[in-house]
Amino acid sequence: MNRFLPWLFVALLASVPLWLTDFYFLHILITTGIFIIAAMSLNLLLGYTGQLSLGHVAFFGIGAYTSALVSLGFHVDLFPGFTVTLAPQPAWFAMLCAIAVAGLTGYAIGKLAFRVRGAYFVIVSISFAEVVRLVAVNWVELTQGPMALNNIPALTLGAGAFEISFLRKPAFFILVLILGVASFIVVARLVNSRAGRAMIALRENESLAMSVGIDVTRYLVIATIISAAMAGMAGALYAHYIRIVDPDIFLFLYTVTMVIMVVTGGKGTLAGPIIGGIIFGFIPEFLRVMEIRPEVQWIIYGVLMILVVYFLPQGIVPAITHYLTSRKHRHEADVLPAASTPVPRP
Amino acid sequence: MDQLAQHLLNAVILGGTYALLGIGLTLIFGIMRVVNFTHGELYAFGAYCMYAFVMLLGVNFFLALPMAIVLGAALGATIEMLLLSRLRGADIDTTMLVMIGAWITMQNTEQLVWSGVALSIHNPFPANPLIIGALSVSWNRIYVVAVALLLIAATYYLVNRTRLGKAMRATFQDRQTAALMGVRIGRIHTATFALGSGLAAAAGALLGPVFFVAPTMGDLAAAKAFAIVILGGLGSITGATLGGFILAFVEELGAGYISSGYRDAMGFLLIILILLFKPTGLFARRERVG
Repeated sequence: MNRFLPWLFVALLASVPLWLTDFYFLHILITTGIFIIAAMSLNLLLGYTGQLSLGHVAFFGIGAYTSALVSLGFHVDLFPGFTVTLAPQPAWFAMLCAIAVAGLTGYAIGKLAFRVRGAYFVIVSISFAEVVRLVAVNWVELTQGPMALNNIPALTLGAGAFEISFLRKPAFFILVLILGVASFIVVARLVNSRAGRAMIALRENESLAMSVGIDVTRYLVIATIISAAMAGMAGALYAHYIRIVDPDIFLFLYTVTMVIMVVTGGKGTLAGPIIGGIIFGFIPEFLRVMEIRPEVQWIIYGVLMILVVYFLPQGIVPAITHYLTSRKHRHEADVLPAASTPVPRP
Repeated sequence: MDQLAQHLLNAVILGGTYALLGIGLTLIFGIMRVVNFTHGELYAFGAYCMYAFVMLLGVNFFLALPMAIVLGAALGATIEMLLLSRLRGADIDTTMLVMIGAWITMQNTEQLVWSGVALSIHNPFPANPLIIGALSVSWNRIYVVAVALLLIAATYYLVNRTRLGKAMRATFQDRQTAALMGVRIGRIHTATFALGSGLAAAAGALLGPVFFVAPTMGDLAAAKAFAIVILGGLGSITGATLGGFILAFVEELGAGYISSGYRDAMGFLLIILILLFKPTGLFARRERVG
């Protein structure tokens, strides 16, 4: 039963465009889906390797900008007498470029930032996102700066008579769903592999992991590359969906949104980012219906973040699984109370 | 040559407030092991206090500063007792998440109360700058750097010469032993957070009249404070002081001779260089936590 439940959920989601006629609601589902992919990628770092990366929005934004620039083409004087020109490329190719560039950035940042841990790593990751934002603002020749990149082409697959365009919302929704499921499978396969066990080991006790011969930095860098590439893909999807990209995409608040999705849903669980993503994808819409100002929305986010840390430190998903398993074993009450032991991770 | 001298003078003046910001943050990290994401908001709070006192209530400009500092310290103490006191002993990531939540809450409350419009504070100094040879500097900035240096000296005195400072240093060196020796760790934490917050509010109250007051002003201040403490090594007061001046020099010269658009990126590039060549920070004595 449990094996089929996720697929049932996916099938249900896949049927949405068939019966949902409200395009605004579909729009919310699409943006939520994109953010869920980003949150899943963050979960790989935050949940499984235990590194609080607060610069994650940089990978998302780099993906968005790369995909936008490759599909629009650009013409830049790198230094006097040396110009780089790129003719507009098909959008699907641009998206692959986005994934590659974000992954490469992840490699560079991983190599650099994992020289340090803890508070230092957090500050370095924030600084990195801020540098990228400043480049996007100031390198006007390439990025148009605050004027934004406009008219980003919609995604298309195939050519001629067999061309599928993802301009319309139902088609784009299915695309997001497919890529979301693919990302989920990648994360699930990864964390259940040897590399995933190494990551969890270093999260739990880095010195111990090192002492049994795990190359800690190598696995951290691998996790960062995959996580960054996935965030880059989400960013590319966002660019081709919204079809305008400006430096505000690098705002710290987007990283906070991803972090709060992961933490609320349950970091280090496969379902956590999805549950958290759905909750925090829909909250802004409810608040908008209630005509609440965006400042109040962020205040609510901030307060929720504090409350979650106090009252649901493991997140929703582990709390539910904990509740279910404890109900199953209620008659085995002689077993030591599980309050202080970490919740088992699925 | 004159241009260079002017840049260096500007850097010294800027460095004073940067050092003030950095010291507050590094104290809190060193003693409490908390990365204080609300630091920038306390800076903005100081500036808004100054605006409210001087422009709305008509309080004397020089009296408004100590009032802003006291209120900032009180707000800091409240945050510590309300949010952090029950998380003592929690790992650093947990407190970081709480502080990020507090940061967003505070910043958006400011935005709600004051709206996003930039406000300016009138200062009583003569409008004509002081001119020495080819150099010129406004009277307000001279006042700012003088008060900043005074506050830095006072902090040094407090930490190195008083009983409270001794207890703080003891907590920094070995929390458990300090507790066993009768240091009330809880109070030291509250006092440290209040002190760090007061310094941040002081920096905001000093710079508010120089620049503008806006709800997002705290973000840049916090980012710079982070850069400064990484430069100096987390937990080192001397490191933060020197780090503040180094960042000011790099920014001022970078903006003057390379590109003013990347002025605010200089600090981050500096961090990256430091991490490449000396990951422990320039002046850290203790091993960094990880």
